[in-house]
Amino acid sequence: MSTAAAQIHEEEDHGHHHKETFITKYVFSQDHKMISKQYLITGLFMGIIGIAMSLLFRLQLAWPEQPMGIMSALLGKWAPDGVMDPNVYLALVTIHGTIMVFFVLTAGLSGTFSNLLIPLQIGARDMASGLLNMISYWLFFLSSVIMVISLFVEAGPAAAGWTIYPPLSALPQAQPGSGLGMTLWLVSMTIFIASSLLGSLNYIVTVINLRTKGMTMSRLPLTIWAFFITAIIGVVSFPVLLSAGLLLIMDRSFGTSFFLSDIFIQGEVLHYQGGSPVLYEHLFWFLGHPEVYIVLLPALGITSEIIATNSRKPIFGYRAMVASLLAIAFLSTIVWGHHMFISGMNPFLGSVFTFTTLLIAIPSAVKAFNYITTLWKGNLQLNPAMLFSIGLVSTFISGGLTGIILGDSTLDINVHDTYFVVAHFHLVMGISALYGLFAGVYHWFPKMFKRMMNKNLGYLHFWVTAVCAYGVFFPMHFIGMAGLPRRYYTNTAFPYFDDLANINVVISVFALIAGAAQLVFLYNFIYSIFYGKPTEQNPWRSNTLEWTAPIKHIHGNWEGKIPEVHRWAYDYSKPGYEEDFVQQHIPLKEGEEELQH
Amino acid sequence: MTILLTLTVLALISIALWQITKIFELSQPKKTNTQVADDDDNRWNGQLMFAFLIFIYAITLFSFWKWGDVLLPDASSEHGIEYDNLMWISFAIIFFTQTITQALLHYFAYKYRGEKGKKALFYADNDRLEAIWTIIPVIALAGLILYGLYTWTDIMTIEENDDALVVELYAQQFNWKARYAGDDGVLGDANVRFLQDFDGKNLVGIDATDPNGFDDVVVQELHLPAGREIIFKMRSQDVLHSAYMPHFRAQMNCVPGMITEFAFTPTVTTEDMRQTDDIKAKVKKINTIRRENSQALLAKGEEALEPYVFDYLLLCNKICGASHYNMQMKIVVETPEEFEKWMTNQQTFAEVIQ
Repeated sequence: MSTAAAQIHEEEDHGHHHKETFITKYVFSQDHKMISKQYLITGLFMGIIGIAMSLLFRLQLAWPEQPMGIMSALLGKWAPDGVMDPNVYLALVTIHGTIMVFFVLTAGLSGTFSNLLIPLQIGARDMASGLLNMISYWLFFLSSVIMVISLFVEAGPAAAGWTIYPPLSALPQAQPGSGLGMTLWLVSMTIFIASSLLGSLNYIVTVINLRTKGMTMSRLPLTIWAFFITAIIGVVSFPVLLSAGLLLIMDRSFGTSFFLSDIFIQGEVLHYQGGSPVLYEHLFWFLGHPEVYIVLLPALGITSEIIATNSRKPIFGYRAMVASLLAIAFLSTIVWGHHMFISGMNPFLGSVFTFTTLLIAIPSAVKAFNYITTLWKGNLQLNPAMLFSIGLVSTFISGGLTGIILGDSTLDINVHDTYFVVAHFHLVMGISALYGLFAGVYHWFPKMFKRMMNKNLGYLHFWVTAVCAYGVFFPMHFIGMAGLPRRYYTNTAFPYFDDLANINVVISVFALIAGAAQLVFLYNFIYSIFYGKPTEQNPWRSNTLEWTAPIKHIHGNWEGKIPEVHRWAYDYSKPGYEEDFVQQHIPLKEGEEELQH
Repeated sequence: MTILLTLTVLALISIALWQITKIFELSQPKKTNTQVADDDDNRWNGQLMFAFLIFIYAITLFSFWKWGDVLLPDASSEHGIEYDNLMWISFAIIFFTQTITQALLHYFAYKYRGEKGKKALFYADNDRLEAIWTIIPVIALAGLILYGLYTWTDIMTIEENDDALVVELYAQQFNWKARYAGDDGVLGDANVRFLQDFDGKNLVGIDATDPNGFDDVVVQELHLPAGREIIFKMRSQDVLHSAYMPHFRAQMNCVPGMITEFAFTPTVTTEDMRQTDDIKAKVKKINTIRRENSQALLAKGEEALEPYVFDYLLLCNKICGASHYNMQMKIVVETPEEFEKWMTNQQTFAEVIQ
């Protein structure tokens, strides 16, 4: 390891001599810091599209059948007379889900912070393979472009829900969105998976091989643990989604019958025999459920770091935090069936999946309590990043608890696929992971852009978002408990649900305000890149190695030697030190004990 | 034009924000011009954290007070009672945990807000504490899992028996049909290949060579006798659908190429349900809303909405295409006598294809 590092260092010295062109520095860069910025900005751009879509269908849900100028302006022929077409509604929820889950919260979150932090926090010059890293980003970019192009297809983008269950997604006769739009969706996702796999492999190899001297696994910051474990889950589960996608492409284009059987549609009996949509559901959720943790674990890693730093306290129960990450990761691969309790699979399987699913609550509870104990008797520096981290713990608890109902096969019978589910997963994974993303951006913005974000706008952003997040998703539980299915274009077809109309209005108003609050963030982000206050070396007085690297980005991260690590990352307020933090590269004093963690 | 206006508004908002930022920056020139939280920030954000805790409690209580009446009424099926029990136990545990953990989280965020010169407690580990909050969830979950699995097995173990009524639910884009087995109690074989036989009169694709099918009855409105076990066999002819009957706590997907099953015993007839206080109040509330909406419609020269009467619902609960939101069937639960009378008035398959 040390020789490899030395080699890179040597190359680095030569590297300073030649000039980088604009293209190699900003476009086809192999530097992890630049790639992380590329991921972040692409992710934010996709996020704007995803959130804007949700606002559009929230308008439709609150005021169905009312002509709205904004609909005809944005949707054109898909909103005749200013009223959204039902097919377009389904397309919007489908693409909103796809973009938010994969493009924003997988690539945008994991891609950004794994790339930025893995080399900087473990003390490496760069990722194990800069080239693969660059290819990974550009594949992600390509898949984003294709996904965006699919929005402009004549018959509309994919509209079968983000889970694209066949036969709906397989048969162009079933809905307009299952034509070219679906094809582009599948192509885009195939490329996305390739990108994700290349990225994940790179993260794993880098963490295992390129840690600096003294950086043992038990001294890794929890961020790195989370990114590392996330990458492993990705490598294990994404290929299964790829196979599901490929088989679906075969069924769609080459007449095979993997997922289709006995179908009569548009006055015609189709030739498919012997396939099963349930098989697709198994394959999809074999990724689909771990995907939840691919989204969530990096956010939990980020908040572990931010909460410890800003509490000026060691993270409570470091070993338990790592163990619970590992437990969640392991369990996440054997719980996919809880999405399928009522799919028609054998009820005995349902029992097994109920058991494994509810087990996840145990490591999750450990994490929540450890966060809370970390705050106890701290000296909390309530920076915007810290607020978002505390907000994450709050939504993680509120959303996680209702998982006890959905994970129980019995109770799932009546709330499955209702708005109760929508409320649950948005809180526990959507909002929590978004908070993790925001926390990460506020915290590491100085490292990425050499400037600070404005804190007051950050506070405004957090408080409006926090209130609105509960304002949107808390009432949504009630709509679900009233029996209203999700993915309904409107509930006016059922007089029984007429009394839900005013709740929908409340939800939509909160959603619109929340959307506006994100503009504050966007403005702060762009403004600060150019005009923010220049940062100090270590603005949050943090222990981890990235704050020892020079503010100015250089190839190879550190001038001269890479710092050597002598302690874990959480020596905050350690007795015997004047300052309330001791950075990882500072050697132990004579007689000082390294905490047995 | 709208786009132009929107863009102008966005531009104006951006400029306004820019100016606000400027003012923020100019208003604090004396202090260290840093973007790191200082004691002031810690104080007011800490206080807001406490206020946020109250907000979470308030929105919970407000929602129950304001919207508690939209929740589903008590179950109208035998297993539904057990289902509701388990649901309330789970909710009790959830609310208890939610109340305590949110209080700790936000109270600590308020109480331990940072001050210059204060030092945090160096406290990294406590095995006993961690053991406690590992074991408590283990016990609570073990209870929930056992109770849940017991109920699940009870609901999902479906045994064919002579007393039960077998009903096929047949899903297609975008409506439902139901098929009764007739006098012989056996559903005739069926497949989508037979849908085009008899000039499209063979609505669910019954195999005309299977004698069991002749006395089958296909209808567009689901009638169920109260107090008798109903075994549903679900089919779909095109894409995935899900037969969702919320009042009976019943749901099962309909999968093309496969027959899925669910069973329950309805306990309350539609007539009796209409007389319960819950439903009376709900219907009254809905009709008030509908009257108000009707006035708006009449003002526009459109037809008024019909007044609402309660009926049990069968909804599609798996995304299935454009009219997914309107794929429904009325369910009528009646006394066995009424049911038999209704049944004798229906046409059998043999009569339909004659």
